[in-house]
Amino acid sequence: MLRIATGIMAAVLAAAGFADSGERRAGRVAMPVVKIEQGEACVAATEEMRRDHMKMLLHQRDRTMRQGLRETRFSLKNCVECHASRETGSVLGKDGFCSSCHAYASVRMDCFECHTPLRQGRTAGAPR
Amino acid sequence: MSSVHYREIEGRSGGFYALLGALGVLILAGAGAGWYMDHHGHYVTGMSNRIVWGTPHVFAVFLIVAASGALNVASIASVFGRDLYKPLARLSGLLALTLLAGGLVVLVLDLGRPDRLIVAMTHYNFKSIFAWNIFLYTGFFAVVALYLWTLFERRMNGYSKRAGMLAFIWRLVLTTGTGSIFGFLVAREPYNSALLAPLFIVMSFSFGLAVFVLVLMAACRGSGRALGEMMLNRLANLLGVFVAAVLYFVVVYHLTNLYIARQHDVERFILLDGGVYTALFWIGQILVGSVVPLALLFGPASGGSHRTIAAAAVCVILGGLAQIYVLIIGGQAYPQLMFPDKEVTSSFFDGVVAAYAPSLPEMALGVGGVALALALTAVALKVLPFLPQSLADGDAESVGA
Amino acid sequence: MSPDRRRFLGWGAAAAAGAALAPAFRLIELAQARSPEEAASALQRWGLLIDITKCADCDVCVTACHEENGVTGHGRPETDAQWIRQVRLRDKRTGYAQTLPLMCQHCEHPPCVDVCPTGASFRRADGIVLVDKHTCIGCRYCVMACPYGARSFIHEAVSGQKADVPRGKGMVESCTLCVHRVDRGETPACVEACNRDGGKAMVFGDLNDPSAEIYRRLRSEPSTQVRADLALNTGVRYQGL
Repeated sequence: MLRIATGIMAAVLAAAGFADSGERRAGRVAMPVVKIEQGEACVAATEEMRRDHMKMLLHQRDRTMRQGLRETRFSLKNCVECHASRETGSVLGKDGFCSSCHAYASVRMDCFECHTPLRQGRTAGAPR
Repeated sequence: MSSVHYREIEGRSGGFYALLGALGVLILAGAGAGWYMDHHGHYVTGMSNRIVWGTPHVFAVFLIVAASGALNVASIASVFGRDLYKPLARLSGLLALTLLAGGLVVLVLDLGRPDRLIVAMTHYNFKSIFAWNIFLYTGFFAVVALYLWTLFERRMNGYSKRAGMLAFIWRLVLTTGTGSIFGFLVAREPYNSALLAPLFIVMSFSFGLAVFVLVLMAACRGSGRALGEMMLNRLANLLGVFVAAVLYFVVVYHLTNLYIARQHDVERFILLDGGVYTALFWIGQILVGSVVPLALLFGPASGGSHRTIAAAAVCVILGGLAQIYVLIIGGQAYPQLMFPDKEVTSSFFDGVVAAYAPSLPEMALGVGGVALALALTAVALKVLPFLPQSLADGDAESVGA
Repeated sequence: MSPDRRRFLGWGAAAAAGAALAPAFRLIELAQARSPEEAASALQRWGLLIDITKCADCDVCVTACHEENGVTGHGRPETDAQWIRQVRLRDKRTGYAQTLPLMCQHCEHPPCVDVCPTGASFRRADGIVLVDKHTCIGCRYCVMACPYGARSFIHEAVSGQKADVPRGKGMVESCTLCVHRVDRGETPACVEACNRDGGKAMVFGDLNDPSAEIYRRLRSEPSTQVRADLALNTGVRYQGL
C-alpha cells in the first residue's frame, strides 16, 4: 500500500509543484503552512525532505518494525518532536505541519491512524 | 456443437428491469453496510474478539463454494463428454465467475482495512492458505474466462476440452483451499480436520448445482425458453446424489469425532446442547438441507415437476447456509480448549460459549454479495449469448448428433 | 500441606530468591541492552517464566500492561482489546482453584504467523511475535488460528495512543512483550509491576543466556507450556500449572 501510495504521492507532489508555478492555483487552494518550530536544521536538505520524506519514513519503518533498529534520525517520533505545533502540540489540525501540506497536495496520510500526532517532549531527538 | 443456437436474453421486459432494480437496491444496501462497518469499526456488528468471522463470512464462503460448484455442469460437458449438458456449459462458467465475484466482494468489504486490498496483492506469506487462495481465486477467474472463450469463439472450440479440464482441476484445488482455511486451524477442535477439504468439495457440488438449477429455471422462464423435462430431471438426479454425498461426509465427520474422547465435548455442543447451533444443525442442515431435498427428489411423492425441483434446490441452499453458519460461527462460539479438565473463566470470555447474533449491516453485506452475483449474471445474459435459444429435450439431444 | 502454608512458604521462598538475585538480575539486564543501531538477533530468545503458585489474586500485571501500552476500552467487553488477562481455573474433579495471567505466548512456531496472508504477523529474530500494522489488512485469520485467544481486533477508532505503541482501528494486535521497553534494555511492564506490587511471580529474560535467571530456573525446576501438545515451543512458560 505504502509503496503504491509513495508513487502516487510523488506524482501528485510533482503535479502540485507544477501547478504551483502558476499563481492562479494558489488563489483557489489555501497554501500549506510550513512553520518550523524547533531545531536548527532538519535531518536532510529541505528539497530532499519535500521529495523523499515518505521514502525515508518507509525505510525506517521496516527497519524498526522488523529488525528492532530504533535509530532516531528518520523515525516518525523524531519528526513529530520537532514539527508538532507549539500551540496544539500536534502535527495535525488545520495548520498542522503534516496535515496542511497533505491537504494542499490532496494526499491521504495513513500514519496517524495509529501513531500519535502529539509531541512527547521528553526525548527531543536531536537530528543526527 | 454447431447445432446449438445461443442467443442473448432480450432483457427489455418490465420484469427484467424490476429484477435489476431490486437487486440494485440490495447491492446499494450491501455497499452502504460495508461503508458503515468500515467507518465506525466492527463494534457496530455482532462480531467480537471471540466471534471474529460472522455472517458476512457465512455468505462469502457459501458464494465461493457455490462458485466452484456452479462449474460442475461445464465440467461434466467438456471434461466428461456428456453432450446433453453442453448447451448449459456457458451458463455454468458464467455463474462460476459471478458467484465468486459476489463472495470476494463481501470478504473484502468485511476486512478491517478494505482500503489495503492492494497490500494483500503485493505482500505474500506463502505459508498462509489465505495467500494461496488469493492466487487460486484470481487464477480461477482467468481459467474460467479462458474456458468461456474457447466455448464462444468458434475457432477455439477445439480447445474447450483442455480448457475445461484445466478449469475442473483448478476448481478442485480452489475448494480444497477454501476447506483448508478451516481444516488447518490446529488450535480449534471443531475444525482441524483434513476431512474439511473433501467435505467442502462435495458441498460445492451440491450448493453450486442448486444455485445453477434455480438460475437456469428462472432464466428460461423469464426469457420464454423451453426447458426440457429430461434435461431438468438429469440435473435434479445429480443434485440428489450430491446432497447424499454431503450428508455422507457430515456423518463420517461427526462419527469420527464421536469416537475420539477428546472431541466429545465439541460433539455434545453441536449435536446436543449448543442452543441455536444445535437447532441449526438438526433443523437447518440435516432436515431442510438434506432430508427434505432427498425426499423431494427421490421420494415416492416426487413427481419431478419443476416446482418440486425448485423447492428442493431452495432447501439445499438454505440448508447450505445453515451448515456454513454452524461450521464457521458455531465453531468459534465453542470455547477453545486451553486447560484440559479445568473450568476456565476470565474477563475475555474464556471457557464460555461466545455470544453472537447477526447484525443488520452484516446481513445487508452478505445479501448484497448474493445480489451482486445475480445482477452480474442477469446483465451478462443480456449482453452475451450464454443461453441456447431452446433447451427443449429434442433440441438438446440433437447436440450429440 | 494447607494452601495457606503453601502460600506462606512460597512467599518466603520468593522473597529470599528475590533478595539474593535482585542485584545480579539488574546487572544482566543492563548487559542485555542493545544500542538502537543493533538489530534484534537470533542469539537471544526472550521469554517469561510465570510461577502461578505465587500469582496473588490481583490484576497488577493486567493494569500495568494496559497502562503502558495505552490499551483503553470503550466499556464494551466483547469488542474491547485485552493484551493480557487474568484467567481463573478450577479443576472439574477436585475443585482446586488457580489464577494465572495469559497473554501471547510468543511461540517459536506461531500459528498466527503461519496463517497471515500478508506476512504482517511475524516473529522477530529474538522470538517476539508481533503484528506489523502497516501491512495488516484486518482479516482476523490470526485470531482464528491462535490457540491462546491472545489476539484482539481493534473494533473502533483509537485516540490517545502512546508514542511507542501505535494502535488503530481495523487491525489486529496482541502482547508485544513490551518490545519498546525490551529494546531499551528494560523488562516488560507486567513483569516490573508484578515484582513491585504483585506476587513476584514473573521473570523475564533470555532463554538462551546461561547467566539469566530464567535460563537457570527452567533448567533446574519443572515448568510447563500451555497447549504443549501443539509443540509450538512457547516463549512463555508456567510453573505450578
